[in-house]
Amino acid sequence: MMHSSWWLSALLLVPMVGVAFVLLVRRRPGASYAVGVGVAALEMALSIVVAWMYNQHLTRTGIDFAARHVISAPLGLAYDVSLDGISLLMVLLTSLTLLLALLGARDKRREPALISWLLILTTASMGSFLAHDLLLFFLFFELTLVPSYFLISQWGGTERVRAALKFFLYTFIGSVPLLIGILFLGFKNQHYVRGALNFSYTTLSAVHLSHTASVVLFCAFGFAFAVKSPIWPFHTWSPITYAEAPIAGSIEMSALLAKLGSYGLVRFAIGLFPLALSDMRPIVMTLAVIGILYGSAMACVAGDLKRVIAYSSLAQMGFITLGAMSGSQIAMIGAVLLMFNHGVITIGFFLLVSFIEKRRQVNTIKDLRGLQASAPVLAVLFTIVILASIGLPGLSGFVSEYLILLGSFATNTWWGVVGAFGVVGAAIYWLWVYQRVFHGKADAKNLAVEDVTNKERWVLVPVVVLILLLGVFPRPAIDKITPSIANLITHVSYSGVDK
Amino acid sequence: MPHFALLILVAPLVGFLFNVVNGSQMKEKAIGGVATGAIAISFISTVICFFQLLGSANREVTVNFFTWIHAGTLDVPAAILVDPLSITMCLFVTGISALIHLYSISYMHGEKDFRKFFLYLNLFVFSMLVLVLANNLVLTFVGWEGVGVCSYWLVSFYFDREAAASAGKKAFIYNRVGDVGLLVAMFLIFTHGQTLTYLSIFTNASNLSPTVATLIVLSLLLGATGKSAQIPLFNWLPDAMEGPTPVSALIHAATMVTAGVFLLVRMSPVLALSSSGRMTIAVVGALTAFVAATVATSQRDIKKVLAFSTVSQIGFMVLAVGVGAYSAAIFLMIAHAFFKALLFLGSGSVIHSLHGEQDLRKMGALAKYLPLTFPTFMIGWLAISGIPPFAGFWAKGDVLTNVYAHNRLLWIFALVTAVLTAYYMSRLFVLTFRGTERFRTVTQDEDPHESSWMMTLPLVVLAVLAILGGGLDLPWVHNHSLASFLDPTFGAVPAGAPLSVVTQWGLSLVDVAAAIVGLMAAFSIWRDKHESETFEREFFEKVWHWDGFYDATIGRPLTTSARVGYVVVEQKVIDRAADGFGGLAARTGVQLRELQTGFVRQYALAMVLGIAIVMIYLVARIGF
Repeated sequence: MMHSSWWLSALLLVPMVGVAFVLLVRRRPGASYAVGVGVAALEMALSIVVAWMYNQHLTRTGIDFAARHVISAPLGLAYDVSLDGISLLMVLLTSLTLLLALLGARDKRREPALISWLLILTTASMGSFLAHDLLLFFLFFELTLVPSYFLISQWGGTERVRAALKFFLYTFIGSVPLLIGILFLGFKNQHYVRGALNFSYTTLSAVHLSHTASVVLFCAFGFAFAVKSPIWPFHTWSPITYAEAPIAGSIEMSALLAKLGSYGLVRFAIGLFPLALSDMRPIVMTLAVIGILYGSAMACVAGDLKRVIAYSSLAQMGFITLGAMSGSQIAMIGAVLLMFNHGVITIGFFLLVSFIEKRRQVNTIKDLRGLQASAPVLAVLFTIVILASIGLPGLSGFVSEYLILLGSFATNTWWGVVGAFGVVGAAIYWLWVYQRVFHGKADAKNLAVEDVTNKERWVLVPVVVLILLLGVFPRPAIDKITPSIANLITHVSYSGVDK
Repeated sequence: MPHFALLILVAPLVGFLFNVVNGSQMKEKAIGGVATGAIAISFISTVICFFQLLGSANREVTVNFFTWIHAGTLDVPAAILVDPLSITMCLFVTGISALIHLYSISYMHGEKDFRKFFLYLNLFVFSMLVLVLANNLVLTFVGWEGVGVCSYWLVSFYFDREAAASAGKKAFIYNRVGDVGLLVAMFLIFTHGQTLTYLSIFTNASNLSPTVATLIVLSLLLGATGKSAQIPLFNWLPDAMEGPTPVSALIHAATMVTAGVFLLVRMSPVLALSSSGRMTIAVVGALTAFVAATVATSQRDIKKVLAFSTVSQIGFMVLAVGVGAYSAAIFLMIAHAFFKALLFLGSGSVIHSLHGEQDLRKMGALAKYLPLTFPTFMIGWLAISGIPPFAGFWAKGDVLTNVYAHNRLLWIFALVTAVLTAYYMSRLFVLTFRGTERFRTVTQDEDPHESSWMMTLPLVVLAVLAILGGGLDLPWVHNHSLASFLDPTFGAVPAGAPLSVVTQWGLSLVDVAAAIVGLMAAFSIWRDKHESETFEREFFEKVWHWDGFYDATIGRPLTTSARVGYVVVEQKVIDRAADGFGGLAARTGVQLRELQTGFVRQYALAMVLGIAIVMIYLVARIGF
């Protein structure tokens, strides 16, 4: 029987093989799209198989997903992948994002290149979520920049050059301290154990650090992840980027790449530097609740739908950060769950906005009006996604948000209380947007808008199903996350005390 | 019992899903029939459950469906609790909702979104039943938010009208503010007791410290003020009149606004731990009842008068909760459900006959044109005014007596409100059905005519209920009454001063006198006029300028600061600082493009260089 880690390697390789195929058929019109969709479907199927196997793994131990092959001992470079419940959700999200971005937001301009970049991006983010080695993680993490940059600068809107550059510089500068931090940890470990250079997470998480070193390194790591998430006040790249990128790019960046930030925060910043937590917790949690309230306020005054989504994401990432940093098991489970749920919800938002754009050529709120009369099904779909984002019980957003707030309240009462007011904020800006875009009397242009086509409906089916399913029956997801978070908390509380 | 309990809940949901799937091909009557039938089945199941519960020794039956959320120490089942309180709520919720559904088939005839209306209606009732039947706070919250969102849809049903769209949004957002209270209450309870299931909360309640108990009660109260439209969150309810009239009946009589009172009563074992918390509840209730009653005296829209009358009546219920008279609160809730549904549906019939006119000044002398609406509405009017032997007299009397036993000052407040209630309702009645005909311009000289049987049948049924409702809990019947049925579910509170029989009789007479004073005043003032500067104060009409106050103190400052924040903080401070920090101080597009050219290539180069440096370092280390 093949080793279980091969499945992870397959997840990483399939998109790259897809790129090769796309390049082979690039001259035949439409062929590259077919290849892209085929590869995305295969990747989705692989992810589901992996999820199924992981489920077996939970109930009947014996399947081991981890694999480590040293590539270059002097460099400390190793191919080291593993899978746990947190990664698993992110793997599923990665495949889903690719599939829906391709199906729902087709862009025929220089299609082979566009699809190649999307596939490369998928491998890069898949790699980041699977890497168990910090250097490997960093390489994949940085690799996501290149396709994102080209997606924005080549296929973006009128201000694409500025947006691409801004995105690139922010995230690039963010990752410099991360690299330094990773190298420092590796060398420090080597200094103590006097062996080969090794960046494996398992090894590095055992490195004994002073309190000060922990805080400094937490900041170095945290900065990179704060920019990526984004966490307030490192977020100003995101509105312009989401607004200017092509829809497929916006979907990838907001639904998926943003999660690299919160994933990194949970896995590495918290996992590696438990000593820093007592100092950093109030600071980061404060930034998180500011992000929630500030994001809500900005979403109220933002002038176009994509910027509303960007600021809404800032608020949602605030919830994730709040839960992740709270130190409460319940809240951390909620945070990881929200990473997935927010991904799904954001895919829904961007697809729906792209449908509107396709019909009206604009997404500025003041030009839209009364769409509920001309496109009732679109209105229903938009409502469902909005309600999920607002955190209506019975839909997916609620479960994660509730766990986050409940847990945060238990460990850090006031942050929990302020965070709870974010629940009001989301209702205000989304309902206001909905009122301005869908309610009221439509003028001629908006009255002529056609409702969503059958194909567009089908693309949104997975989104709606996941929103309902994880709202009513979130157990499968929570049961995967819980052991991983429990491990993390055990580790943190064991090493978090000064010995 | 589990099967029937399940059926109570599932029937409306099945009705909803059936109409979602098949409704687009179905005729109006069929859609309405399915929706109404679903609620009727729910009602019949409730009746069966009620009798099963009566015959059973165990009156706290939990039915578990599945585990909804299980994370860490948090365990939230999807389970329902059938006990006297929940089944009493279900009885009138489903019963009255079924009548309103029937009425709506005729009222909404020919509307473009007929199907959507019934979808929302079924979902609304389903949410309310979840709220009432849940065995834990989180599941109650599901229903709580569910009725919130359904009311949002129904209030903004005529979405192309700006006012309707805004009113729906306002309802939802006000409710959301209240929800923060409920959320915090849940967090407090869980943090201090590790459970959110009602029965476990109650058994552990004695472990709560007085401070925590008070905080929980105050948070619950905030939640209740949102949903039940009490001060400080009461002003969404009048705006909610933008929805179709059956919706108003549903929101005001059977569902939604009763939820806050229900929650407080449900949590009575926790309320029992905090006397200051209960006092706050009582004061909020009394104040709201009074303020809303003054406002109702000066409204000119028939539905607005009824809306403020609901706020005021709910205030009475909250007041009753505050003094620990839980069964009196539920008694009034049921009686109110009967006569308020009757009044709203009656007003709907009036509005229907006047082609949508709601202004009291354009009505008058409708008694002879509406032979069924008029007598039924009259019963509703007498019931709410507190005239014996109608339901309102008994229920309100029960509340007032209990308040008198606890706090004389609040009793005086409540009594004045009772006078005002009789006054504004009589004004409404006179302006609508008596006096001179003022509707001819509205109806283009046609005679208004009575509505179809689907609209009048519910009126007749409700009128009968409004007459007989008092029988649920008569003061001299102490066995098999509502109070003795409900009492085991309540947390014990210190009883008020014991009242002698003479005092009780005296209080009843005072109640009747109050009603008659209000009634006479209204008749003498409004018999021959339909407008009055003296008796319709702008201050009252504008709701004590409450909306303006919120707008000036919260709404506008927040909007302005968000706008200013966007320009100043977001764009000038944060973005510039970040750009400057990142070396992105380029001012012109030209420079930008120069920067951009080959930047990625340079970055790749930098990465390679970096790796090279690392290699050299490593080789050097290994070398030595």
